[in-house]
Amino acid sequence: MTGLSIQDLSMRFELPNGSAVQALENVSMELKEGELLSVLGPSGCGKTTLLNIVAGFLAPTSGKLILNGHEITGPDAERGMVFQKGALFEWMSVRENVGFGPKMKGMPEGEKAEIVDHLLDVVGLQDFKEKAVYELSGGMQQRVALARCLANDPDVILMDEPLGALDALTREKMQSLVLKLWKETGKTIILITHSVEEALLLGERLIVMAPRPGRIHKEYRLPFAELGVGADLREVKKHPDFAPKREEILSMIWDMEEEIMGRTEDAA
Amino acid sequence: MTGFFVLFIYLGIFAASYFIVTKVVHHATIRDYTSLKTVTFGDESAVRPNRVAGIISIITIFFIWGMFTGSALLPRFLHAPAPFVGTTEFTYTVEANGETDDATVTVVVYPRDEKVDPPEVDPGEGLAKNDSIAIAQWRTGLLRVDNNDDVSKADGAEVIAINGQPIQRGETVQIENGSVTLSDKGTPNIAPSRGWQMEPLYLPPPEEVWKRTVTVLSEGFRNFTLWEHLGYSLFRVIAGFLLGALVGIPLGYAMGLSDWFRGWFDPIVEFMRPVPPLALIPLVIIWFGIGEGGKIILLFLAALWIMAIAARSGVSGVNISKVHAAYSLGASKWQIMRYVIIPNSLPEIFTGARVAMGVCWGTVVAAELVAAEQGAGMMIMVASRFQNTDIVILGIILIGIIGFGIDMLMRWAERILVPWKGKS
Repeated sequence: MTGLSIQDLSMRFELPNGSAVQALENVSMELKEGELLSVLGPSGCGKTTLLNIVAGFLAPTSGKLILNGHEITGPDAERGMVFQKGALFEWMSVRENVGFGPKMKGMPEGEKAEIVDHLLDVVGLQDFKEKAVYELSGGMQQRVALARCLANDPDVILMDEPLGALDALTREKMQSLVLKLWKETGKTIILITHSVEEALLLGERLIVMAPRPGRIHKEYRLPFAELGVGADLREVKKHPDFAPKREEILSMIWDMEEEIMGRTEDAA
Repeated sequence: MTGFFVLFIYLGIFAASYFIVTKVVHHATIRDYTSLKTVTFGDESAVRPNRVAGIISIITIFFIWGMFTGSALLPRFLHAPAPFVGTTEFTYTVEANGETDDATVTVVVYPRDEKVDPPEVDPGEGLAKNDSIAIAQWRTGLLRVDNNDDVSKADGAEVIAINGQPIQRGETVQIENGSVTLSDKGTPNIAPSRGWQMEPLYLPPPEEVWKRTVTVLSEGFRNFTLWEHLGYSLFRVIAGFLLGALVGIPLGYAMGLSDWFRGWFDPIVEFMRPVPPLALIPLVIIWFGIGEGGKIILLFLAALWIMAIAARSGVSGVNISKVHAAYSLGASKWQIMRYVIIPNSLPEIFTGARVAMGVCWGTVVAAELVAAEQGAGMMIMVASRFQNTDIVILGIILIGIIGFGIDMLMRWAERILVPWKGKS
């Protein structure tokens, strides 16, 4: 069986002062191969924890993760990750960064160079091949990060707010690129974001998480990602369902935030 | 007194050149981006060293050095007042048994390296006879004026006036080009005026240091050439530093990567780091003697902790996203070490290496001051014992130049080898 299955996942951190934080409680979901899932929620809802567990950087206190029939126990090349920033290797050129995964596998030079060249074409960085990554703009760096992840041909791509540090214009271009890559490669993608618009645009499925304990609050199936492939995203935003959905989710998150504030004030 | 005068001249040159260069000359400079900033006070990036100030600063040091040592490189009118050389005289009045008489003392002050004898003088009339004395520059001379007089101190003779001015034991009277102090025993002590210049014994003029440099370069110092002295010091530093890096860097990595190593070595490293290497010299001498071995071990200890801490913070400074990304890209632990942790820690290690080289250079000089057969520190220590101030100054200048050169070299290597420093 293919796809990612998250079964009854719970995560509980013990704090040094004796109290504990329930970061995730009984989170379950099924993700089919090739699905694009965006995860949204107020801060502290455990979405990054969830992603880190799927990536294999954290072990859950209970629950199971099954990817393509086997359990996830640690990080692996089958699950690639794109970080918000700071994860590129400054001591390597753009080409070396993209070719890092194949190199770790011991792939022959020629084959590796072919993959790297192809991916640099896809993300539009062929001219910057030999540049150092710190010479590139933030948007270009994220293209390198995407290409590096794809070069390894993972089954699942995990994105932790990959566009969060970019300016609005670059961000929009990158959203189109993510959609294009999703359609072309057919990868399963989990994308975490703070932006409601981005979650709507880049999610076939959208999960809104609620905090304390972190849990799935509501799930949507959306047409916008499919519509957005190869199209102008500003046109997609004019879709009659787009604005109502955005308002609905925004007020949902606002309510959660207010509840948290209220609880903190009660405690104080 | 002279010190205040030097400070005053220094500050004067500082202020005067500031006004001349910035207000008068510097108006015609290029107007780049920084020069167009209106807020410069408080904006550190807008403060760039003024090249002209740097050049004038160095010239000023040599200028004042030459001025107060009577350097031949400066025209005479720029010299601080020189100590008196030549002949002067004064009269003294002796009273003995109710009688008084005057006599003249001729004082010849000669340059230190041209010793002369006191001139012959006509004794003259009366119970006090004329005297003469020869005194070297910067020195004073006691003159037993009664030695050739008709009555001596033992007979109750007493000097009561110099140049007609009454004087008592312990008092001083100014004479032409000097002063005369009556000692506690009643003997005139003649001090020719010293001027404001430094005595070459304490501070030789620049050209003397240069001359000595040429001599030491050609003849060597204490059985070793200058290059051998400096070479020995450098060899010790490099050997000690390399050993320290060889042990310290892996130790730092281990401390950054393993709980057990961190726990085990943290107390040792944190304790040893604040101990100045100089404080270890006595123990190192007791254990390893004063030979090469002891010095290299001392420098090894000086470099070890710095390098270990640099490597440790290089490891802990790695952005966890990089390590996570590498794992997600299928890297093994060994590959993470080779391709992520080591390159990521190199900038920190270079910073540590720069500090360690500086500390090692300072330590080697200090260790050689204590005991050594050769080396830059030994050179200045031995020279100071023989009051060869010129060699001491030469040594200090060379030590400074080499220390500066080492740092420049490290910075250059850093630019070439870790261009990504500070870029993440």
